Amino acid sequence: MTLLQAETDTGREAVGVIADTCEAIRAERLVRRFDGVTAVDEVDLHIRRGEIYGFLGPNGAGKSTTVRVLCTLLSPTAGRAVVAGYDVAAEPEEVRLRIGVALQEAALDPRQTGIELLRLQGRLYGLPRTVIGRRLADLGDLIDIGDALARPIGTYSGGMRRRLDLAAALVHDPEVLFLDEPTTGLDPVSRARMWEEVRRLNRELNVTIFLTTQYLEEADELADRVGIIHDGRLVAEGTPDELKRSVGNDVIVAHVDGSAEASRIAVEPLAGVRSVEARGEELIVTATDGAATIGPVAVALSSVAPVRHLTLRTPTLDDVFLEVTGNHIQSGEPSENEPTRRDGTEAGS
Amino acid sequence: MTTVSITAARPDVRARVQARPSPALRDVASIAGRALRAVPRELETVIPPIFIALFFFIVNIGTLQRLTESHLKGFDIKAFMLPTAILLGVTGVSRAGSLVLDIQSGYLDRLLLTPVRRLAILIGHMLADVAIACTLMVPILGLALGLGVRLQSGPGGALVFLLMGCAWSLAFAGFGYAIALKTGNPAAVNSSFLLFFPFLFMTSSYVPRAQLSGWLGSIAAWNPVTYVLEGLRSLVTGGWQWDSLVKAVLAIAAVGVVSMSLCLAALRGRTRRG
Repeated sequence: MTLLQAETDTGREAVGVIADTCEAIRAERLVRRFDGVTAVDEVDLHIRRGEIYGFLGPNGAGKSTTVRVLCTLLSPTAGRAVVAGYDVAAEPEEVRLRIGVALQEAALDPRQTGIELLRLQGRLYGLPRTVIGRRLADLGDLIDIGDALARPIGTYSGGMRRRLDLAAALVHDPEVLFLDEPTTGLDPVSRARMWEEVRRLNRELNVTIFLTTQYLEEADELADRVGIIHDGRLVAEGTPDELKRSVGNDVIVAHVDGSAEASRIAVEPLAGVRSVEARGEELIVTATDGAATIGPVAVALSSVAPVRHLTLRTPTLDDVFLEVTGNHIQSGEPSENEPTRRDGTEAGS
Repeated sequence: MTTVSITAARPDVRARVQARPSPALRDVASIAGRALRAVPRELETVIPPIFIALFFFIVNIGTLQRLTESHLKGFDIKAFMLPTAILLGVTGVSRAGSLVLDIQSGYLDRLLLTPVRRLAILIGHMLADVAIACTLMVPILGLALGLGVRLQSGPGGALVFLLMGCAWSLAFAGFGYAIALKTGNPAAVNSSFLLFFPFLFMTSSYVPRAQLSGWLGSIAAWNPVTYVLEGLRSLVTGGWQWDSLVKAVLAIAAVGVVSMSLCLAALRGRTRRG
C-alpha cells in the first residue's frame, strides 16, 4: 500500500501501514520558507531502510534545513515528510524515538563531562541504567577517547567532540541516523575514521543513514545514492556511478590561454564529443571514449589557442553538479589541522 | 531531474534497544540533575549574589542602625534588613544564563531532538533554581541568627520564610527564562536583574512604609515586592500575621503568573521556530 493510500485511513492504523513500508524516509513536495525565503523547495525523497543516502550541495543549498525538518526541529511550511514510518509534523515524538542526529555543529554542552552527557542522553530516551551502561560499552570503540570521557567536553579537540556527538546520537540505537556534514572541519585521519564508522553502522547494524555533505569525495565514497540539492531544489538523484555516467563516460579538461569560447566552437563538431562547456579559460569536454577523443581535441584546440593543460579523467560528482547547476560545488572549509590566517581565510587561498 | 533505481533494503539484523518516552518526573529530575551538577563548575554564577546580599546586609546595618533605632522606638534594624538581604540574594538567581549557552552551543537542539517533554526542560531548570536559592538563603539566615536576630514565628516560621524566599526566586526567575528563550542573548539575560532594581528600591526595603515620602509611598503601595518584604518581615518581627502572609503569597503568585506566562510563550516560540 502506498503512503497516499494510507492517508485515507485514520489514526494508528494508517501509521501502522506506513511503518510497514520499506522506506525509512519519505518526503513529498517538502517546503520550508523563512520570512519569504524558500530554503527547501518541493523536495521529494524516497530513502529505503538500510540505505546510505548522500545529500550533496554547497553551503546554503538547503541541506541543513531539510535535515532540521526531517528530524522535527523545524515544521514544514508545506508538503509532508515521514521518517521511520511516522509523520514529522503529526507525530514528532514517535519520530524522535527512532532517529539519531548529529548536527553540523557538534551539539554538546562544554560544561558537562562526556560520560555525563551520554548518560543523560540515555535517560532522556527512557533507557534503564543497565541498558545505558551496556550501550556505552557498545559505543566504547566509537567514542575511543579513553579517560577524557570524565573530563569536561570543553577541553575536547574537534575530533573528540565529533565522535562524542555521534555517540550521543547513537545511545538509543536509532533506526535512522541523520549526519549533517559530519566531517566538516575534521583532519583527513579523523575524516577517514568517521567514514569507516558510518560504513560499519550501516553494514553491521543496518542503520539507515541520511548524510549531508559538501564534499564530493565523501558522497562518492559513502553513499548508496546521492541527491544533489541546489537552491533548495533536488536537481539530480541516483547512485554515484549512474550520476557520473549521466554526464558521459570520460571528461577532458583543457586550460587554454584566453577565452575558451573560441575553443568550444572548434571542439564541438568533433566525433565522440558529447558536450562542451567553456568557463573562463577552462574547457570541459565530455566524451564517450576519452582516449580516442583527446588527440583530435588537442589538435583542434592548438589551432585556436595555446593549451596550457590537457587532462583526461573519468567524471566526478563535481561534473554532475556542474551539468545540473551550471556551477562547480564549493567546499573550501579548512580542516582543523589546516592553517588559517588571522582573518579566518585559508592559508594559501 | 535524473532519477534512478534504488538499492534493495537489507533485513534488520538485530534486536534494537527500546527507546521510549521517560515518565515526566524522570524528565524533570534528569534536567534538574544536570543543572545542579553544573553549579560547582560555575561558582561565578552563585558567589556574586550571596556576596552582594551579605555585603549590603552588613553595611546597611552599620549605616542605619544608630539612626533608625534611636528614632523609632523598639525598631530592630537587623531583623528589618534580613528580608531585604534575602531578596537581594535570591532574586535573579537562575540557570537562564546556562539555557542561553545551551541555545548558542546547539545543546538545546540536542535536548529537543530527544523525547523529553518541552516543559520538563523549563521545570527542571527552575527546580534547580529553587534548590540553589534555598542554599543561598542559609548563610544569610545564619549570619542574621549570629547577629542576634530571632524569628518570632519560631522554627515553623523559619521554614515558611525559606519557602517564600524560594517561591519569590522562582517567580522572578521566569523573567530571565523568558528573555533567554526569546532572545538567546546572554547580555539580555544578565540585564534582566536590572528589572528588579526599581522593584526592590521603590519599596520598604530600607525603612518601614510609613516612613517613606509621599510619592515613594504611593509607588511602594503598588509594588508587589513591598508585600513580599512585609510578609517575610512579619515572620521575623511579628510572629504569624496572616494578613501580611496572604498578601505576600498573592504578590508572589501575581508576579509568578506574569513571568511564567511570558516564559511559556517564549518556550512555545522557541520550539516552534527551531
